[in-house]
Amino acid sequence: MLSKRIIPCLDIKNGRTVKGVNFVDLRDAGDPVELAKAYAQLGADELVFLDIAATLENRKTIQDLVLKIAEHINIPFTVGGGISSTADVDDLLHCGADKVAINSSAVKRPNLINELSKKFGKQCIVVAIDAKEINGDWLVHLAGGTIPTSINLFDWAKEIEERGAGEILFTSMNHDGTKSGFANEALSKLSEIVNIPIIASGGAGTISHFSDAFLKGKVDAALAASVFHFGTINIPTLKKELIKNQIPIRL
Amino acid sequence: MNLIIIDYGVGNIKSIQFAFKRLGIEAKLSKEINEIVQADKIIFPGVGEASFAMQMLQTNNLDQLIPNLKQPILGICLGMQLMCQSSEEGNTKGLGIFHTEVKQFSSGLKVPQIGWNTIYNLNSKLFSNISDQAYMYSVHSFYAENNKEAIANTNYGHVYASALQKDNFYGVQFHPEKSGAVGAQLLKNFIEL
Repeated sequence: MLSKRIIPCLDIKNGRTVKGVNFVDLRDAGDPVELAKAYAQLGADELVFLDIAATLENRKTIQDLVLKIAEHINIPFTVGGGISSTADVDDLLHCGADKVAINSSAVKRPNLINELSKKFGKQCIVVAIDAKEINGDWLVHLAGGTIPTSINLFDWAKEIEERGAGEILFTSMNHDGTKSGFANEALSKLSEIVNIPIIASGGAGTISHFSDAFLKGKVDAALAASVFHFGTINIPTLKKELIKNQIPIRL
Repeated sequence: MNLIIIDYGVGNIKSIQFAFKRLGIEAKLSKEINEIVQADKIIFPGVGEASFAMQMLQTNNLDQLIPNLKQPILGICLGMQLMCQSSEEGNTKGLGIFHTEVKQFSSGLKVPQIGWNTIYNLNSKLFSNISDQAYMYSVHSFYAENNKEAIANTNYGHVYASALQKDNFYGVQFHPEKSGAVGAQLLKNFIEL
């Protein structure tokens, strides 16, 4: 049976991880490769690297990093941040990334999804959506959630599926950073209206939040950062608990 | 060990090369027929769209070469699918090595299948020291129909052939190079065949 995925997300700036990490004894917790190795050992199913300071000068740094990760990590990983062209994607895939995540650039130019999907196959195109519920309407936001648009989350999700996205990574800005659980209602609606995998992001605080995301939010994967980095949740313990709740999980 | 990864312009071959490097084996990338025929072992990778990949094989005359190879060759993902009779993806005629067909997952399922799924009914030396119900990582929208050449099965909506073998030809739908320690064991087994 296909298992549900647990995905730690690492924020990268100038080739280094930015959020503090203290869940495991690492010689250099700022080294994304060391950290990625530790997560792979602990049973992470996949990793996401988000280049939060993506600038033109930075492209080479992130490519070098991707090459190093591919060399040392034996689980799949996605790279996101600042990707806006087929050339960007070509470079990252050539360095060994399994998937890329695009966000604002897809909203600004939706045809980018079609171009990427056609050239590289939908399996490596993750479209990330940041959205916020405002007066009962879920609205897509740009640039890390700072710029609101009038685009409805569910309309956009359907459109990106039609354009050839392979997966949707949905971050609820109402939940992100709150540690009060994922946006399960919106997630389960997303899961019903599209036929591609949904990754939940934003709101993880406890093990039961993950359980709820899978059972109530009906998601295929759940992503989190700080609960893993700060050791609030230990991945092996999380996975054992999820199995107790009859959720298919790889140990 | 002269190991060649066929490099015909399709897919993420660097990951496969790195996976062998972690096992201490230098794999060479090549699309040259005279190099490929001399290899001890061959990896036939592939990610992307079937008809395009088939065209790339034809352009390099590899469609004639591969079915006649005598040494162990391992098709991975699309590589395995191209070794079958045909694929519904792009209505593509395959290399005709395995006597099965590649079909699209039905619309009731989330497609692509992305993630870790179990393999069972393991029936080959390729799976030495790998336990029944081990998890492997897969990403695909099409699958090979189960037949008697299947050496592993997986269930996604229904049972399909997640690995196939005929004589010196091996194929796996999943990505051993991305499947953690279990995947590394499979690549090691292939080298030791």
